[in-house]
Amino acid sequence: MFDDLSDLYQEVILDHCKHPRNFREMTAATCSAQGHNPLCGDQLKLYLTLDGDRIRDVSFVGSGCCISKASASLLTECVKGKTRAEVGKTFDQVREMVTTGKIEGDVGRLAVFAGVHKYPARVKCAILAWHALAAALNGQGQPVSTESEDI
Amino acid sequence: MMTASTVNRLPGKEIDWAALRADFPILDQKVNGHPLVYFDNAATSQKPRAVINALDHYYERDNANVHRGIHELSNRATAGFEGARARAAAFLNARAAEEIVFTRGTTEGINLVAAAWGNRHIKAGDVILLTEMEHHSNLVPWQLLAERTGAKLAFLPITGDIGQLDLNRVDEFLTRDVKLLAMVHISNSLGTINPVSELCDRARKLGITTLVDAAQSVGHRPLDVQEIGCDFLAFSGHKMCGPTGIGVLYGRGEVLERMPPYQGGGEMILSVEYQRSTWKQPPHRFEAGTPDIAGAIGLHAAMDYLDGIGRENIARHDMELGAHAYATLAGLQGIRLFGPHVGRAGIVSFLVKDIHAHDVVELANRRGIALRGGHHCTQPLMRKLGVESTSRASFYFYNTTDEIDGFAEVIRDIMKFFGR
Repeated sequence: MFDDLSDLYQEVILDHCKHPRNFREMTAATCSAQGHNPLCGDQLKLYLTLDGDRIRDVSFVGSGCCISKASASLLTECVKGKTRAEVGKTFDQVREMVTTGKIEGDVGRLAVFAGVHKYPARVKCAILAWHALAAALNGQGQPVSTESEDI
Repeated sequence: MMTASTVNRLPGKEIDWAALRADFPILDQKVNGHPLVYFDNAATSQKPRAVINALDHYYERDNANVHRGIHELSNRATAGFEGARARAAAFLNARAAEEIVFTRGTTEGINLVAAAWGNRHIKAGDVILLTEMEHHSNLVPWQLLAERTGAKLAFLPITGDIGQLDLNRVDEFLTRDVKLLAMVHISNSLGTINPVSELCDRARKLGITTLVDAAQSVGHRPLDVQEIGCDFLAFSGHKMCGPTGIGVLYGRGEVLERMPPYQGGGEMILSVEYQRSTWKQPPHRFEAGTPDIAGAIGLHAAMDYLDGIGRENIARHDMELGAHAYATLAGLQGIRLFGPHVGRAGIVSFLVKDIHAHDVVELANRRGIALRGGHHCTQPLMRKLGVESTSRASFYFYNTTDEIDGFAEVIRDIMKFFGR
């Protein structure tokens, strides 16, 4: 029906958009951060439970387009159990992938976002949750906005 | 500058709207393999060849700086620029060309009033009355003025998703402290047509200065500033077939004369000494620096083009398209529509089930349809409606009901794609 869009709306993305994983508030979170995309009105809040340097649990709530919701959902599956350093590396890989389409190293199922680079207006949708994750890990009190830095 | 094609369709004749599309070169193209359907006219309209030709002609034959020139080209440029001013005065039925200030657009026009008129007339405790449906351009300049002066903002409320002003509550808001009523004529988010003549009349009886944001109305219906009775009216050229970068602020002569300059520089002065200057009478007092000469000349061509079709005819067609789109979308399951059921302009905002507006717009784009999704520069209104964003289809006279029917099919496909 919209076959020419399959590079953007891959099956995995549609699935996570319709059925987001780890979509819940976390009352006993170690830290949390809000992400906001003022262009779309997308809002999400990401919660983390840390065990030393390692992410023991992660969840999110919020609303947004299919790309941003699926990105947050897949993020939660990807980073659970990882260390700060591992997450930082993945963030760099994701950023590179959604802006250039290049996949460096093993990004697992996050590779479904490689097609986003062909849709410049949607890059911010795909990266919003990752900014919120970085803000939560860095303990920033301020909500992060996709308009506050070059991404 | 009447073009040959417009002379044949003066008001009174049945207009072949689809044939008018031939005047717009940009419409004849495919986007993503589908014929372009341009439904983003509230953001900017397309330009007819008559306007593009006027710009070309100016730059190829007449370009020079205006005023104070002695040479031939400067005379031509000045005549073109001031001719556009006289044309704009006639277009709005202003009393004099001196009531027409050229600006970069609606936003600059409103900022000009907020700075030049507002700084002089607004004091701490005064109330600036707006509506809940204002575009950010008719909200943020007043917030800045309120911050500078200690004035307060108040908002005429709207009635839910129907998005009409609650006229029963106007008296409650038109208090003695209100010094300015600034309101949008046609809402860019809702398609609501506000009764600006009635509201200006009620405000004027209380000595309240009035401003109308006519960005969405001026190219879509006949508009008469004397009939409306406003003190200020601002619009942009690019939403009415003209170029970007040019707009008009109408100001009632008596009000403009009492206003200090907006910006300082060349063009606006009478004489300059090292320590002080004196300035010209309106409108030149408010036009510092070299103006957008080509833009004004292009706007002149746009006004001629629209009047060649007849703004009454455009208004009728606009409302037919708006009503058709509203009824068609209302016939689909799971569509939430915003704005009035009847008597609406050709702007229709909607939500498709729980599918985000950007996903709707992305998929429509794959079928060649240009929609807009987002908050439409009306974030407080979106919050009031309890939504983050909407999708919006906005029409102009070159759009057709066939395009709207095709668009409705695409909306059905989008619902299927997302399995909703």
